[in-house]
Amino acid sequence: MLRIGKLPITFFALFIIVFPWIARVIPGIGHYPDLLIFAGIYCLMTMGLSLLLGYTGQISLGQAAFYGIGAYVSAILTTTYGLNPWLCMIIGMIVAAIVAIMVGVPALKLRGHYLAMATLAFGIIVFIIFNEEVEWTGGPDGMSGIPGLSVFGFNFDTTEKYYYLVWFFVYAAFIFTINVIQSRSGRALRAIHASEAASNAMGIDVSRFKIMVFVYSAILASLAGSLYAHRLNFINPTTFDLFFSIKLLIMIALGGMHDIWGAIIGAFLITFLSFEWLHFFGEFEVIVYGVILLLIIIFLPHGLAGIPHIVKGWLRR
Amino acid sequence: MNEKRTENILEVEEVIMAFGGLVALINLDFQVQHHTIKAIIGPNGAGKTTLFNVITGSFSPTEGTVRFNGKSIENLKAHEIAKLGISRTFQTIELFTNMTVLENVMVGCHTRIKSSFIASGLRLPQVKRKEEQMRSKAMDILEFVGIADKYNESADSLPLGERKILEIGRALATEPELVCLDEPASGLNETETQAAADLIRRIKDKGVTVWLVEHDMKVVMDIADDIMVLNYGEKSAEGPPLEIQNNPKVSEAYLGGGEENNA
Amino acid sequence: MEKITFASQLMQYLITGLTVGSIYAMVAIGFNIIYNVTEIINFAQGEFVMLGGLIMVFLHVAAGLPLLAAFPLTIILVTLAGMLLDRLAISPIRQPSVLTLIIATIGASIIIKGIAMFIWGKDPFDLPAFSGRNPIHLMGAVIQPQYLWVGGFLIIIVILLTFFFEKTIIGKAMSACAENPDAASLVGINVKHMILLSFSLSAAIGAVAGITITPISLMEYDRGAMLAIKGFGAVVLGGLGSFPGAILGGLILGTIESFGAGLIHSGYKDAFALIVLLAVLFIRPSGLLGSVEVSKFKRF
Repeated sequence: MLRIGKLPITFFALFIIVFPWIARVIPGIGHYPDLLIFAGIYCLMTMGLSLLLGYTGQISLGQAAFYGIGAYVSAILTTTYGLNPWLCMIIGMIVAAIVAIMVGVPALKLRGHYLAMATLAFGIIVFIIFNEEVEWTGGPDGMSGIPGLSVFGFNFDTTEKYYYLVWFFVYAAFIFTINVIQSRSGRALRAIHASEAASNAMGIDVSRFKIMVFVYSAILASLAGSLYAHRLNFINPTTFDLFFSIKLLIMIALGGMHDIWGAIIGAFLITFLSFEWLHFFGEFEVIVYGVILLLIIIFLPHGLAGIPHIVKGWLRR
Repeated sequence: MNEKRTENILEVEEVIMAFGGLVALINLDFQVQHHTIKAIIGPNGAGKTTLFNVITGSFSPTEGTVRFNGKSIENLKAHEIAKLGISRTFQTIELFTNMTVLENVMVGCHTRIKSSFIASGLRLPQVKRKEEQMRSKAMDILEFVGIADKYNESADSLPLGERKILEIGRALATEPELVCLDEPASGLNETETQAAADLIRRIKDKGVTVWLVEHDMKVVMDIADDIMVLNYGEKSAEGPPLEIQNNPKVSEAYLGGGEENNA
Repeated sequence: MEKITFASQLMQYLITGLTVGSIYAMVAIGFNIIYNVTEIINFAQGEFVMLGGLIMVFLHVAAGLPLLAAFPLTIILVTLAGMLLDRLAISPIRQPSVLTLIIATIGASIIIKGIAMFIWGKDPFDLPAFSGRNPIHLMGAVIQPQYLWVGGFLIIIVILLTFFFEKTIIGKAMSACAENPDAASLVGINVKHMILLSFSLSAAIGAVAGITITPISLMEYDRGAMLAIKGFGAVVLGGLGSFPGAILGGLILGTIESFGAGLIHSGYKDAFALIVLLAVLFIRPSGLLGSVEVSKFKRF
């Protein structure tokens, strides 16, 4: 029976809550809360992708597009039109959901390679639009002056405040996702992964469920994009390129795509690899990512989250 | 609802199924009566699986109608047909191998006990209640089919006989009025076959109509109320088991030359 | 100077389009060779083209080898890269599924790209055209001699491949593998070798594409992904697995891209091919020359 233990979730929540204090005390990790803001933003996306790819078996190589849609909707509506950032965030999610439906309805009829290529092409097209619609997006130079976030006069203007804001969203999304996985809908998604024919025979509307998950992952990615834009106050298209979609794939492959914890683990590890541990490699970090991806696929197909199962298997033998 | 309540649960009328130039079913006509077990037999390539797929919605017939309780279903999708009350098993067992035995049956409850994606995500109080409801219903079904003790095992780990039983249980979880079984006894040993036949009879006793395709003539003669013989996409005989057994056309088409069928 | 008329401009778009399209066709043929034997779509296919171009630049320009020596040597080196790809990324996978193979070839492609960046840096490189850059004029359009080389090599590849698949034992064995791997291994064909061969062959064709296009459009480390996806567009347009389809698909895609960039919006040059890809996938995934019936029975 698929049960996601409550204890680890509670411990994780406690860890996130107390971490900024720990970071203040231990020398050398003072900037870690800043990194965890990014880890949190990535978690939002990897959770959606994990549900889509790991649980439902549908690949998407275009998630960066939804990330970008969230960021650009927030950026354009706040700077050019002066709308309330929270409203923009919601509009961003709605736009991402509509785009996901428009792309998902035809694309999710495709399987395997075709779906991968279709989502890849979609991602690149959106990336080209970000670059070319200079009037709206500022083109390759990007957009600056995106305001920070505040609520009733309370500004999320420090790293710690923003940290708690982001992790509030991540935690809410995490619980929501876990609840979905352990419910009728979650079983339907896993059923689709195992056998579409049998899912149909059980009365599961397969295409509807696929689209629903795709939309959910798009909404989470859009939220992540808005949070990113309001944190950095500046965006440009390169953040949302093809490589970022692949990086998300690396995150869930590394963490383990058949386990929602894999999404969290992968997002954390890749955040620390990119911002902290791979500085030495500079731009050649892509080689390291490629090697990680290959090693995981060859030696640990269930990712790091699959290790406990392997250990259990050994112990039983 | 003013659907005509006929004595037939399923009516197939002049169904033609063609794939390109290949005609798999030719002007097929037959009925299935409520609360009976109807078996379809015939040599390999007779069109049994095609017929199965037409009725359960994997294919739409090229021509003709399929009526379930008086309602045309030939253009409905497989999941819509399942919702109406026709459930099925697969010849090449299609269990959800990534789930436990119990979860497989719980997926079967999908259409009858509903909670939306968003309600599930928010874990609204009714979701928890429904989840319990599904669980106990699934357990009941596992008791009924006789594999309740294995509820927490991976569906993948069961032996073939129990996997077939589980598939039947999963099909029953959709609360069908008509359950279609695709070769429920193929690949089973003597005892397992006996258990399957016994289960099929008990399903009928519950008031569920059974329609099955089967190679094992002993099982068919034993449990079926009515048999249809299919040959080259056409009906070559139809009637109760004794009549079919004594029909010379049947032994010629199937019983005589059909011993090599165990693909 | 000839006057640039609208008609001559259209002619120019057509010629450029067919040239670029020939490259897409070569990439598409590479996809199909691997796909037909293994049912793998090699996402690293474009990297072979990039490697072909850059290795050729290194051997011919930097190391000063004559064209006739550098050309085959480049093909050999890229072929080795193709073999390495199979040996290091594909064959070690124990439980291959569509998903793991997609991820593995993506992993390989970013490794190749990273290594290329490490060796050559981020700047684009030029290669001298094979027979100079004195343009030929045709109906007001300019044809670079190199364009003819590109088209010529496409024709040579097609002829050699036809000969290979129809007249040689290995080629026939490979076709047999494509049709039924189980039966092929029963009659003593080593499927593993055939897979290795398919990667080698497809890498070699990618190398030719890279070598011939570099004098026209330069080459840099990160061109692989876009070439791969456009090549895949050609594959899908022509019908997955079909060689005539790959050629037709490549030429049509190149032409659409060239006209789109010229007449509509040059900034969206890359988007046109992708939009065509999406349109084909959404409307007729079996492609122009592929059979709908067959595509239903494809394993993946």
